[in-house]
Amino acid sequence: MDLYGLTIHEAQSLLRERKISAVELTAAVFDRIEQVEEKVSAYLTLARDQAMAEAEAADELIGRGAWGPLTGIPLAIKDILCTEGIRTTCGSKMLENFIPPYNSTVVKKLRTANAVIVGKTNLDEFGMGSSTEYSAFMLTHNPWDLTRIPGGSSGGSAAAVAADECLGAIGSDTGGSIRQPASHCGVVGLKPTYGRVSRFGLVAFASSLDQIGPITKDVTDCALLMHAICGYDAMDSTSVPRPVPDYTRALESGLDGLVAGIPKEYHVEGLDEQVSQALNEAIKVIEGLGATCREVSLPHTAYAVATYYLVAPAEASSNLARYDGVRYGLRDATSADLMEMYRNTRSKGFGPEVQRRIIIGTYALSAGYYEAYYGKASQVRTLIMEDFKQAFQTCDVLLAPVAPTPAFKLGEKLDDPLSMYLSDLFTLPPSLALIPGLCVPCGFSREGLPIGLQILGKHFDEETLMRVGYNFEQATDHHQRKPKL
Amino acid sequence: MNISRKQIVHVAKLARLHLDDAAVELYTKQLGEILTYMDTLNRLDTKGIPPTSHAIFINNVFRNDEVTPSIPVERALTNAPESEHGSFVVPKVVG
Repeated sequence: MDLYGLTIHEAQSLLRERKISAVELTAAVFDRIEQVEEKVSAYLTLARDQAMAEAEAADELIGRGAWGPLTGIPLAIKDILCTEGIRTTCGSKMLENFIPPYNSTVVKKLRTANAVIVGKTNLDEFGMGSSTEYSAFMLTHNPWDLTRIPGGSSGGSAAAVAADECLGAIGSDTGGSIRQPASHCGVVGLKPTYGRVSRFGLVAFASSLDQIGPITKDVTDCALLMHAICGYDAMDSTSVPRPVPDYTRALESGLDGLVAGIPKEYHVEGLDEQVSQALNEAIKVIEGLGATCREVSLPHTAYAVATYYLVAPAEASSNLARYDGVRYGLRDATSADLMEMYRNTRSKGFGPEVQRRIIIGTYALSAGYYEAYYGKASQVRTLIMEDFKQAFQTCDVLLAPVAPTPAFKLGEKLDDPLSMYLSDLFTLPPSLALIPGLCVPCGFSREGLPIGLQILGKHFDEETLMRVGYNFEQATDHHQRKPKL
Repeated sequence: MNISRKQIVHVAKLARLHLDDAAVELYTKQLGEILTYMDTLNRLDTKGIPPTSHAIFINNVFRNDEVTPSIPVERALTNAPESEHGSFVVPKVVG
């Protein structure tokens, strides 16, 4: 088979047995990119020379018997994580030529594990969006139907994995930006518990929500990447000092005795009946594997979109205040004075969606409105967290859709930002509650578009999520289908 | 809740954004719709509910007060739009 079609764990075995070399594997991935990238447009920056050098170094290590789980594995990184020496744009004109002088902790860990960094993937600007259409540079196309969105904001990473343009990828998720593109591209995506993965070097969008996570071809690969990137980091004061389990061991057990809750509020009017059907079939499979499924209630679900779209933009307006043309990034050099420089730089550097969110956020935090908007939203957030706490008293996991419909057409929602926000209704509540969420493929629409299943768990219980995901995956074959490119 | 053009212009000033007339028009309309939707939160009685901004309670995250190496000055200046004598150059601030 073509080497680029391998999973991380399959490639690992072949590398270890010296049946293939890391150089061959990386070269195959770059060949694949040459084949399909024109159609998909997943990558903003490719680091070919550096990647081939990393592959050679990996071969040398493997030759000495000094290999690890990710040695020589070609991975893609969402262009919102700092990679030393490799341009990091965040999909924005503001950082079009920004070259970070340091590595994010996650990238540092992957480099220490001798993974190969293929390049940086496309995203909605600064992580703000659900379709990757808000990238300042290019559109990414869903490999399953090139006229459709790949999802967002980690659309480039998800598309690259689905198109075999890497063996695995790293994305980030604030309100669903790993789970939703994974669902739309038919791949696996995990948003860890807040505090599980270091945010050092992740360009900040909403500091109380942002998390980095893996996007992979199957759950075993997800477990391998999770093990590599999780862990306490002194450079991130929100990083939680908890030991990292070997997630691959969690995959070994079955689902006997597991209780899965189905939130009844997620059965909304806008839910496509094909998504609903795929979810029901997935529930049946999981019951067949020994689990018990029962209905639960998350009464404050309907308030999640409003809560998130007050909290996140407010935090973003603060985090994006640093882009002022002074120390790095774009500067409008025509300005006569400092204030003009700030305003012109920011207006030229930020796209319309980012400006929209900065304005919402600034408004929500401004004098006279703080209590009514940000204050109120923060209280509702507590109620949403309580909903999940209650549900997890009687359930081990919750099962839910990821998106109300399969991937929509490029351009379809650009004139209606509110409609775009409403499509996040299933991924936002878990983000607000800071619980982990795993997306696995669970079916396809009549048009052949992927549909994902969301598995939600208690704080720091990624093991149970992956156990459910793995058992479900092994009992189905959705993850084995590939798009025709 | 309807947001007025005047409010949009004021907020844009706070956020150091320059909006032309077309942009003010568009954002006034879009933000009006979005904020009306946000008003649904007022249906909830949140009296006495504490706000959340952290999920996992960790406190006193300190490090030892020791000097450790920082990024050297030249490296910190590599992305500077304009720099001189180890400093960032900006338009005149005072006077």
